[in-house]
Amino acid sequence: MTVAVGAEIDERPTRAHPLLTVLRRPEVGALVAAVAIFLFFSLSTQAFLTPAGISTWLYSASLFGIMAVAVALLMIGGEFDLSAGAMTGTTGLIVGVVTTQWGLNIWLALVLALVVALSIGAGNAWVVMKTGLPSFIVTLATFFILQGCNLALTKLITGSVAIQGMGSVPGFDQVKVFFGSSFPFLGMDVKISIVWWIALTALATWVLLRTRPGNWIFAVGGQVTSSRQVGVPVLKVKLGLFMTTAGAGWLVGMLQLFDVSTVQATTGVGQEFIYIICAVVGGCLLTGGYGSAIGAALGALIYGMTLQGIVFAQWDNNWLKAFLGGMLLLAVLVNLLVRRQSGVRA
Amino acid sequence: MTRSSLDPEQSRPEKSDPEQSRPEAILEVRNIGKSYGSVRALQGVSAAVGPGEVLCVLGDNGAGKSTFIKILSGAHRHSEGTLLAFGVERRFEHPREALDLGIATVYQDLAVVPLMPVWRNFFLGSELSRGRGPLRRLDVAGMRSTTKHELARMGIDLRDVDQPIGTLSGGERQSVAIARAVHFGAKVVILDEPTSALGVKQAGVVLSYIARARDRGLGVVFITHNPHHAYPVGDRFLLLQRGTSVGDFAKSAITIDEMTALMAGGAELEALAHELERP
Repeated sequence: MTVAVGAEIDERPTRAHPLLTVLRRPEVGALVAAVAIFLFFSLSTQAFLTPAGISTWLYSASLFGIMAVAVALLMIGGEFDLSAGAMTGTTGLIVGVVTTQWGLNIWLALVLALVVALSIGAGNAWVVMKTGLPSFIVTLATFFILQGCNLALTKLITGSVAIQGMGSVPGFDQVKVFFGSSFPFLGMDVKISIVWWIALTALATWVLLRTRPGNWIFAVGGQVTSSRQVGVPVLKVKLGLFMTTAGAGWLVGMLQLFDVSTVQATTGVGQEFIYIICAVVGGCLLTGGYGSAIGAALGALIYGMTLQGIVFAQWDNNWLKAFLGGMLLLAVLVNLLVRRQSGVRA
Repeated sequence: MTRSSLDPEQSRPEKSDPEQSRPEAILEVRNIGKSYGSVRALQGVSAAVGPGEVLCVLGDNGAGKSTFIKILSGAHRHSEGTLLAFGVERRFEHPREALDLGIATVYQDLAVVPLMPVWRNFFLGSELSRGRGPLRRLDVAGMRSTTKHELARMGIDLRDVDQPIGTLSGGERQSVAIARAVHFGAKVVILDEPTSALGVKQAGVVLSYIARARDRGLGVVFITHNPHHAYPVGDRFLLLQRGTSVGDFAKSAITIDEMTALMAGGAELEALAHELERP
């Protein structure tokens, strides 16, 4: 007897509507929102579209954007990092304290801060992977530890809650070229952090879509057991993601420190959720396995434009939080809809 | 069920002799057994599968089917008997060893990531790259076309290998997993209950892919608890019950009714039928 059924597959999914194929891209929603917000503030305020205005909101977006891109990679890989915000403070404070108080060479201080950041990231990954606890809880703990240490240690060592005298540290101006400089471009005063932001977004996109580790990031976030079965090095991927996020925290810490020459002990606290919101607005699923680096960068752009746009429009800036919440809810609903429309029977 | 006089001892006309080896077999077990601590999950099971042959392993829940697969796939080491792959005795320490010999296992969860495109799933863990150094990148075009080609060879015609694999039907997903195993050099595919979660039509689709893999010269070990799925496609039938072999039959030696009765225990079904009868 031979098999009677199956010569013809009649249950093929119907061809996706061309529009749906475009809508399937995770960053489309954020792109539409970004254009809308850009037009809104361009038309409703005088300052928004001036060269000075543009460089202001681009700078603001860049600092959030660098973190949001790293956090998006981590979220695609199925994890959270709530310590990402406090990390920007920790790394800035380390460099500030060891150079101004103990006279360490500024380049060594940079390396030291990076090593500490990467170790904390690796520690997060190690605890998450070895215990199987949710990264939300593990990094919440790390967040509180960092927040406490930032304040307590800074006060203990310097006697105040901010770093003073950073500008007079030998070599400060050399390092500032990489982290705190700016250059004129089309009449704008472009801060170097914007270059970092664009470069990192491009790099992250390349890694995600065109390299093996990128494939693995999607896989470990989408279905971790399947990934293990086909030989994806799950532990290494997650370790790399947590360390990347911590490394991005270091970069943003340096960008802030060398821009304003000082750092507060409370720097970065409360920002971790903004990174996550930027990533979600950019199309990342909270459950992992789906998202985009460009989307997260657009999410940060939306945040930066709104943050500065509200100032330019001279509104009460408390509206920002309400707007942020609304955006987040909208993004989550759009994501849900798109996922249903694409018909994934996950 | 009406075969009241079915006695397992009488209805084994061609039960193969476990000691007699099959030289052409790709994968063979002789009197194999496995104990987990003091629990004997499997004992005294002998069977073999050759190229272009489908061995169906049938049994009710708890019959030892999953232990049997785990031994074949290298996930668990057997504690008694011998396992031969291509005529050489083996003791697998790790699934990778079995895989390297061309023994691929398609588990029930299929090891796919639903949100990822079909072609990314096809090559997951064994991605093709091109270029070198920092420019080393995925060979996207190559992987897309290979996926399309390999699926077509299995008779799966997808319009779009970029669609998330989660959008495929259960039968198609199962078939992609089989095609993947075949592409990556499998000589034997072990299918763990590939039809159990499917409807009649989808199960038929999967059965036709099993037949196609067989026609391409692969050995197939098809684990199922459904005789109606096993019988049309199988060449040999290994029946397991409570961790032991009830028999290893050639297709010519057993009918589907006999098989069903043997699997569930004919006397028990008879009693059940009697109980359920209208008074």
